[in-house]
Amino acid sequence: MINALLWTPLAFGVVGLFLPKKVVGWWATAGAVATLAIGVIMAFGFHNGQAGLQDTVNTTWISGLGVNYSLGIDGLNLFLVLLTAVLWVGGIAFAAFREQERPQAFFFLMLAAETATMGSFLSQDLLLFVLFFDLMLVPFYFLFGAWGADRSAEGGPTAPQATLKMMIYTLIGSLLMLVGAIATAIISADGGHITFSIQALSEQGLPLGSQQWIFWFFAAAFLVKMPAFLVHGWMPDAYRAAPLPVLVVFSGVLAKVGAYGFLRVVLPLFPEAVSQFQTIILLVALASILYGSVMAFTQTNLRLIAGYSSVAQLGFITAGIFALRADGSDGAILQMVNHGLVVAPLFIIIAILVERTGTEDLRSMGGMAMRAPVFAALFLIVALATLAMPGSANFIGEFYILNGLFQSKIVFAIIAISGVAMSAYYALRLYQGTMHNRKPDGVASREISLRDGVILAPLVLCILALALYPQLILHRADPSVQQSVSAVTGEGSESSDANLAVNK
Amino acid sequence: MAGESFNAPHIDYAGIAPLIALTVGLVVILMSGVFSTTKRWAPGLAVITLGATAGLLLWHWNDNLSLVAGALRVDNLAISISLIAIASAFAAILLSIRERAAEEAGHGEYYALLIGSVLGMVLLAEAENLVTFFVAIETLSIPLYILCATNLRREGSLESGLKYLIVGSLGSATLLYGMAFIYGGTGSTDFAGIAHGIEAKGMLHDPLILIGIALATVGLAFKTSIAPFHQWTPDVYQGAPTPITSFMAVATKAAAFAVFIRFFVVALGPETGDWQMGLAILAAISIVVGNVGAIRQDSLKRLLGYSGVAQAGYMLGGLVVATEKGVSSLIFYLAAYLFMNLAAFAVIVARERETPFGDDIRSVRGLGSERAVLAWSLTISMLALAGLPATAGFIGKLYLIEALVEGSYTWLAVFIAVGTMISLAYYLRVVAAMWMRPENEVAASGPGSTPAIAGASPEADPVDPEAGRRWYLVGPAVFAAAATVFFGVIPQPLVDFATHAGSSLF
Repeated sequence: MINALLWTPLAFGVVGLFLPKKVVGWWATAGAVATLAIGVIMAFGFHNGQAGLQDTVNTTWISGLGVNYSLGIDGLNLFLVLLTAVLWVGGIAFAAFREQERPQAFFFLMLAAETATMGSFLSQDLLLFVLFFDLMLVPFYFLFGAWGADRSAEGGPTAPQATLKMMIYTLIGSLLMLVGAIATAIISADGGHITFSIQALSEQGLPLGSQQWIFWFFAAAFLVKMPAFLVHGWMPDAYRAAPLPVLVVFSGVLAKVGAYGFLRVVLPLFPEAVSQFQTIILLVALASILYGSVMAFTQTNLRLIAGYSSVAQLGFITAGIFALRADGSDGAILQMVNHGLVVAPLFIIIAILVERTGTEDLRSMGGMAMRAPVFAALFLIVALATLAMPGSANFIGEFYILNGLFQSKIVFAIIAISGVAMSAYYALRLYQGTMHNRKPDGVASREISLRDGVILAPLVLCILALALYPQLILHRADPSVQQSVSAVTGEGSESSDANLAVNK
Repeated sequence: MAGESFNAPHIDYAGIAPLIALTVGLVVILMSGVFSTTKRWAPGLAVITLGATAGLLLWHWNDNLSLVAGALRVDNLAISISLIAIASAFAAILLSIRERAAEEAGHGEYYALLIGSVLGMVLLAEAENLVTFFVAIETLSIPLYILCATNLRREGSLESGLKYLIVGSLGSATLLYGMAFIYGGTGSTDFAGIAHGIEAKGMLHDPLILIGIALATVGLAFKTSIAPFHQWTPDVYQGAPTPITSFMAVATKAAAFAVFIRFFVVALGPETGDWQMGLAILAAISIVVGNVGAIRQDSLKRLLGYSGVAQAGYMLGGLVVATEKGVSSLIFYLAAYLFMNLAAFAVIVARERETPFGDDIRSVRGLGSERAVLAWSLTISMLALAGLPATAGFIGKLYLIEALVEGSYTWLAVFIAVGTMISLAYYLRVVAAMWMRPENEVAASGPGSTPAIAGASPEADPVDPEAGRRWYLVGPAVFAAAATVFFGVIPQPLVDFATHAGSSLF
């Protein structure tokens, strides 16, 4: 089952290479839907309230090197896997409705990217995780570079330049992570049998001296991927170059892999280093929140507004994880899913707006709501969820994060709250600037077309559903989160269900 | 060794059968060139010779024979390296079909020289004695000097041959000088005897031995193109006929590494701790120089030359730790390197023949839409050389890094990671040229639409506009790319192969 979940997208993609141009988009959509169906079936089979891995697969891959093909699902990755499956359906379907150049290759790369992303969420072998983490980048390199927008006319880089920058930035982190992963296995094996199993490694433990430098190798990879402040340099160029359907999944899911990596790998394997460097990472997270928010409300390019808002949101998520309390990390997982569900429709909306107005500049937009009440309503829900309106799941996610942060580092929590206020500003500015205000000449306000509505509405429904029932995620994530966090704190934190009751 | 008695040593003819096969093949091919008017014989005979040699080598797999009074050793290390060299030679023969150089040099000579070089390589991989070592290295080099210059009408080819001759001779001379010192210091030409002598005196305490080892290392570094002794590599790679470049890039490196391993592990085995750091520094320099040098190259062959310098640095890491795992990882990397490089060179040969750009990066521009199969092959090759996952290149790096960390050379592993990062800049440039054509250059890059550009010699004119469809070019490219991916996903067979080779020394 878990194998099917991982390999179905790639299988569909390979077959799609040999299909005629007209049907390949629908074939790819079918592949993404099939993957989602498998994911949903697995979620129904998930045993609630258990901390351990479920649906595991574990076979030797390269025996001489100690690498196993080991997959599994638990509370940490279940909903991220579902998020991946959902957003890929959205991204692929959105692209399938439109003309693509060389569609076979485009959809093959999209589906290959889904397999790689699934792989990095599902891997329970450290080396397999690193492999998928690196592999994830390859399809996006081609998608951004070959189908991306050339910005050289605006003084920006061409698509290949922008993607090269992205590749080098992100691989700096992940290649060092490869060395770090190997060092982790060898040092903790201490001359014995080498294993890369994350679980076995966390039981074996690592001397503090080694933890300290390996921690940074991993942190570098994850922070660049998010991206966090100071290592976000690739983001603006890459976001401007990327084709919008690709950006839907890229922004919605890939950033989360970094945050997930902290929970899955860093907390259990390098617990002492984590508590030692907690403050530094929290500072980076805070800087990301402030910098991302400020940039988001000064930018005028719609993609960059969404991109910088992601920097801020990922800062929140990182802060939640490094509160080193179960509620903070619970909130982080909820918020990862929330943010994915918010930013993906946001990019679809941006794509629709760009198609209608022919510009990406906020200043030359406006008035789009006039004859499009449904579109405006959908956008409004997304915008309100982005600013974490009370009643949305984002509110609960941020509440958990801030709650965790308050109890461990109160100063950081107080500063982080300013990010919540700023998010209201940039989300509303984006909404008003595009939907209200004066409509520029020559642009018609039209209702959202049925085909786009079919994609956008389910995503917005997911937001609403989670707003009504966030426990869906919190309950299932909590046991696994407790396990990861207690590796650092050394004790079982009190269950966060109490807080949940207060909140509802 | 045979000092006390004048009896000729016992010769195990079964053991040296592969060498005999190569020698016979060489003579027959040369004669076929003289007596036959049809040109088709020579490559066929060369393929048969290589096949027979490979068969005879495999026959001795796991045998571990010591031959001719300890001058040669046929073990899995020697056999696996020889097989890599033979595979590379086989590919070079395919790529040489309809190659101008092969026609100008006369078919018999061209292929006979190629087989002669392979003979030197097999001999070198088996050498366990300073004399065999030197004879073998000359046997492999001299034919290559000539082969580099076989493209008689191209200045670059002649220059390349001459340059290689001069620098190669310098390397050989240095090596020989070093050997003399080592013999003087230890009183033995035999690797085992040298190990004995060094153990008695200590490597660092005897200046004679120390100088000898340093000079021999420099000589070997010349042959494996390890920086700072790599300066000839880009020029020679660029000037030589491309099939020969592809052969040199892999086979010479493999054979030179074989003796590098054997010399350091067997002869200098007792003093491992004394030379490790020296080699590690050489490896690090190589990684930096190779990767930085490749960044601004427009000639694909130069680019691969510099990339080869960097890759040699990675591979040297496997020897630095001097463990079984280290040597195995080196063999694995060499085998992976064979596939990765072959896919690239096959595409370069095809494009050289069908576009007016020679081996310039412009020749692959827009390849993705023009010749998708070739573009995929080259893409896989570049991604594998850059060490991205799902290719043999990734597993090779993983293997090397694991060996390095285990051998407490983590800093060198970090160098490999950093080098790989730099390398993306130029490998991905090639990939980008194939798939992501900047709009404003579309018009200028259609084949034939541009007149000869300054720097492109008239010989670079397309000779075969259909080269991109020829089986003897597409076949090797696709096969090598497929193997690169296959061993990236199912690496176990190649890991086993490398482990067998590595374990024969320990």
